[in-house]
Amino acid sequence: MTGAAIRPILDVRDLSIGFRGRRGQPALNIVHDLNFRIAPGERVGLVGESGCGKSVTGLALMRLLPGAAQIGGQILLDGKDMATVSQGEIRRMRGKKIAMIFQEPMSALDPVFTVGEQIAEALRLHENLSKADERDRVIAALADVGIPAPKRRYDEYPHQLSGGMRQRVMIAMALINRPDLIIADEPTTALDVTIQAQIMDLLTRLSEDTGTALLFITHDLGVVAETCQRMITMYAGEIVEDAPVDDALLSPRHPYTSGLLRSLPHFNMEKGRFAHIPGRVPSPGAMPTGCRFAPRCAHAADACTAPQELRDIAADRRVRCVRADDFVLDGAVAGETA
Amino acid sequence: MTDATVQAPHQAQIDRDGFVTRFRHWLTDDPVAAIALAVLCMIVGCAIFAPWISPYDPTLQNYDAMLEGPSAAHLLGTDDLGRDVFSRLIHGASASVYASCLAVGVASLLGIPVGLIAGYAGGWVDEAISRVIDTFLSFPAIVLAIAVTGVLGIGLTNAMISVGIVFAPQLARLARARTLVLKQELYVDAAHCFGASPAWILARHILPNAIQPVLVQMTLLMAVALLAEASLSFLGLGMQPPDPSWGSMIARAYLYAQIAPAQMYAPGIAILVTALAFNTVGESLREALDPTSAKP
Repeated sequence: MTGAAIRPILDVRDLSIGFRGRRGQPALNIVHDLNFRIAPGERVGLVGESGCGKSVTGLALMRLLPGAAQIGGQILLDGKDMATVSQGEIRRMRGKKIAMIFQEPMSALDPVFTVGEQIAEALRLHENLSKADERDRVIAALADVGIPAPKRRYDEYPHQLSGGMRQRVMIAMALINRPDLIIADEPTTALDVTIQAQIMDLLTRLSEDTGTALLFITHDLGVVAETCQRMITMYAGEIVEDAPVDDALLSPRHPYTSGLLRSLPHFNMEKGRFAHIPGRVPSPGAMPTGCRFAPRCAHAADACTAPQELRDIAADRRVRCVRADDFVLDGAVAGETA
Repeated sequence: MTDATVQAPHQAQIDRDGFVTRFRHWLTDDPVAAIALAVLCMIVGCAIFAPWISPYDPTLQNYDAMLEGPSAAHLLGTDDLGRDVFSRLIHGASASVYASCLAVGVASLLGIPVGLIAGYAGGWVDEAISRVIDTFLSFPAIVLAIAVTGVLGIGLTNAMISVGIVFAPQLARLARARTLVLKQELYVDAAHCFGASPAWILARHILPNAIQPVLVQMTLLMAVALLAEASLSFLGLGMQPPDPSWGSMIARAYLYAQIAPAQMYAPGIAILVTALAFNTVGESLREALDPTSAKP
């Protein structure tokens, strides 16, 4: 595991997230036995297909889940447990210690305030500055995220900005209080490809400059390959693999990670069907008792009917597969995701 | 930069305009609303400057000139006690403006916060508040206002407070409906992410976004309040003699309808015109503020 020597900024222990069922029905367990750490300044990608629980995990870290959610385990952010601290305390931590960037920059800004005012508001919630200082800080933040003519942009309304500009504003807003960790939930999915690259470069650069750790929640393995240092793969509410990004991409040890990588469209592939993983993600109410991936796995054997442990296979790698040592799996073709 | 602002210049121009310019645009685009607004301004002017512009003391009785028709001395004639109708009409305006503003003010102060809280809190709080709102709405407004006046005591202020209480559920329901939509907005989640408290989010993000339809409803309620004032005064629950209000003037004229039917015209038309003006402004505001009914 990474960050063993340094104290991690985020330490998630045995996190489970469930939703209370309707009357008479059992609770649905969405995320199960989640353990991971993020070191200060580290950039981690959390990947998996839709419905694997990655976005719910992001919301749980901010404690933004609705009341019906039941959270077990600990979410230690800089030593404080986000799962149990008081409402007042959590408000002091949100923004200051942990911030979030959303998928839809179009709707994440309040249409009735200028962008400058909105960023100033995020600042005002945590610091007591004079109006002039506040304005200076916001304009500096707008300049930092590469917005041209920040003084003029300060007084513009969100609908006057393009999607990429709005996402930059969101990033400026997230960074204004210098948080230790930023969660970015699909930060570029709603943007054009060219803008995506700019935004990812910006986030990487700002993370390096400010020492802010980043947790990218995404299904875009290309984004992870380019920006992250570590990749955590989730499947059906569990972590199945946690490895340095190059290792995870080039020599995955879990059949699911390998399947995800092989599902990427190849430019050099002859025309024909895409490689894909057969079957579909089991629904939360009908999880297999053993390995959750076994029904879709080409390598499934008798040992896979027992529940799987996430085990250390190297100093910095963990995998949830009993047979990980029995086979060599295909990774991404080097260079293809770049 | 590839992601520079892309926008029709016309739209951008409008957005950069200040409040005054947009206000002027609204009125030039809708001349009827401009006239209605002018009428309302005139009535407010009458209400404020009544003591200076009315030719007579509105309570001065003259038994030598009772129930007279219009003349040079009395522009709109005199009532059954020989009081100048024109003067009473001007002084009645202040009662009407005061009454409408008081009722709508009370309704807003009660209704908007209650609606915001119900919509935002959800769960049993919303259930409880919504049931109370439904109960109020199922009651005939004027009957409820009469009942509330009975409890608070007779008089214009009490009558209009009771009308305000009766109106509050309408604004509450509207504010609640808007809040239900707005609290799902991503920017509300985003505000949570930056450490904003629920009270802050309600005041800073939900209220400004919810206010437009509420504002329109408020102008429409001004007209209803005016009519309610007239009705309650007509019934003797509002303005008390000898002070004039349009409703009490009609009530008084009604007694002499058979010998001097023209008495009812002046206050009746005043009520009609004012209520129409409020409605026109409200309707026009609704169109001007509604982003979905874009003008060409």
